[in-house]
Amino acid sequence: MSKNKETKGKETEKEMMVKLSDIDPKFKYEISKLPGAENVLLCFQCGTCTADCPIARFSDFYRPRKLIRMVQLGLKNKLLSNDVIWLCSTCFTCIDHCPQDVGIASIVRALRNLTVEGGTMPVVYKELASNILKTGYTYIISGLRLKKREDQGLPPLPKANLESVAKLFDVTGFSKTLEKERT
Amino acid sequence: MSELRYLLFLGCVIPYRISSYEISARKVLDKLGVELVEMPEFNCCGFPMDPVKHDLMLTLAARNLCLAEQQNLNIMALCNGCFGILNHVNKELKEDKKLKEKVNGYLKEIGMEFKGTITVKHLIHVLAQDVGFEKIKETVQKPLNQLRVAQHTGCHVVRPGKIVGFDDPENPSTLKKLIAVTGAECLDYMDEMECCGNPISGINSEIPLQLAREKLDHVRAVGAQALITVCPFCHMMYDLNQSRIERTFNEKFRIPVLHYPQLLGLAMGFSPDELALKQLRVDASKILTEVIAQR
Ligand code: SF4
Ligand code: SF4
Repeated sequence: MSKNKETKGKETEKEMMVKLSDIDPKFKYEISKLPGAENVLLCFQCGTCTADCPIARFSDFYRPRKLIRMVQLGLKNKLLSNDVIWLCSTCFTCIDHCPQDVGIASIVRALRNLTVEGGTMPVVYKELASNILKTGYTYIISGLRLKKREDQGLPPLPKANLESVAKLFDVTGFSKTLEKERT
Repeated sequence: MSELRYLLFLGCVIPYRISSYEISARKVLDKLGVELVEMPEFNCCGFPMDPVKHDLMLTLAARNLCLAEQQNLNIMALCNGCFGILNHVNKELKEDKKLKEKVNGYLKEIGMEFKGTITVKHLIHVLAQDVGFEKIKETVQKPLNQLRVAQHTGCHVVRPGKIVGFDDPENPSTLKKLIAVTGAECLDYMDEMECCGNPISGINSEIPLQLAREKLDHVRAVGAQALITVCPFCHMMYDLNQSRIERTFNEKFRIPVLHYPQLLGLAMGFSPDELALKQLRVDASKILTEVIAQR
């Protein structure tokens, strides 16, 4: 086990090395223009967010404070190819506790959105998106379930307006992103 | 608008898996004189799409809000996630003119326009603020005096505090008070406001199980006979996944997880069957025997 820890320690050291060529000085401004991310530059690295983050308690890698620092440093490529950004459970504890009103969860969302625009989307989200397009709902609700509703005296589940839903996928540009994912 | 009339926003998780919440909520709300109007043509609240496309989330949410505006009715959600996102988007669009213009630009394509004429509430807001504790008390015919439970309020019904603006996000008391009305004792336990972790289940299954294990452990430590939730997503983590948690960590919890309306319904005198208690994965018959024994 101790050996394991050592190797992990070394990895982290390596991971922490930053080459000048990795830095995109404009990235923090790009992020700060996105909704909820306006205060990213105000973070003074107190660590409250990481200390209070439920995910950080159980993950060896997810550290919101570190993510904000990486944004400030402009480590765009490292952030946008990092699976760790998908671990935030959007509990908003950090948003309520941050002394600098940094919208941490919104910044993580911005990083996710940019990653998706760049062509990488976790499978689960592809599935959910395709379910919404097919039914209007996030999950495919089986015919059996629909019938059971009525057997239990519940009103029938309203049919979604699929035309409108598809149109919203189109006009927001998300249909294109999904198509790119497919090819 | 009559005060106790709402458009019911069911969301996706409830019709997909957690009918027991809907069945029991409809029963107790009816008893309290709350009229629920079905929401035609609604779609996913938008929350699941925020991580991949913020604008898509905004428009899916806004479309639901427009449907409610068309009927001139306030929305009541049963799910914390649906409430959180619909309420957040509603408030933002009401306050931020530029954002409203942008979203209305999208909505124009489907012949809709956000005006900002309704409000969004969660079941517990409706119960605590609109129905009121006094009125609920009047309907409690069989107080659950011997029962000791713990509550899990969940995140999005109180956080971010600045946006929700209801109760104390650090130590919310609404659900505790609603439990007290039923006669049951609500026990305090460690880390009550810890997240269920379910939103990342599709990405990482381990961490949510660890979080839920810890919650059940803390609930057990104070001797609670049941855990009470007000969100189908949280409920899934503790009820549906409880046997998996037991297997993974080699523990035995067997803590029944009831939707708040099931607890209230028992206190009102509804039978366990009327409240769909059989649909719970973790057998609740032990506490029911106690409840019934008191009667
Ligand atoms: S709590 Fe706020 S200021 Fe402190 S490290 Fe986190 S983001 Fe930065
Ligand atoms: S919102 Fe995300 S980053 Fe913030 S405390 Fe919760 S899980 Fe951690």
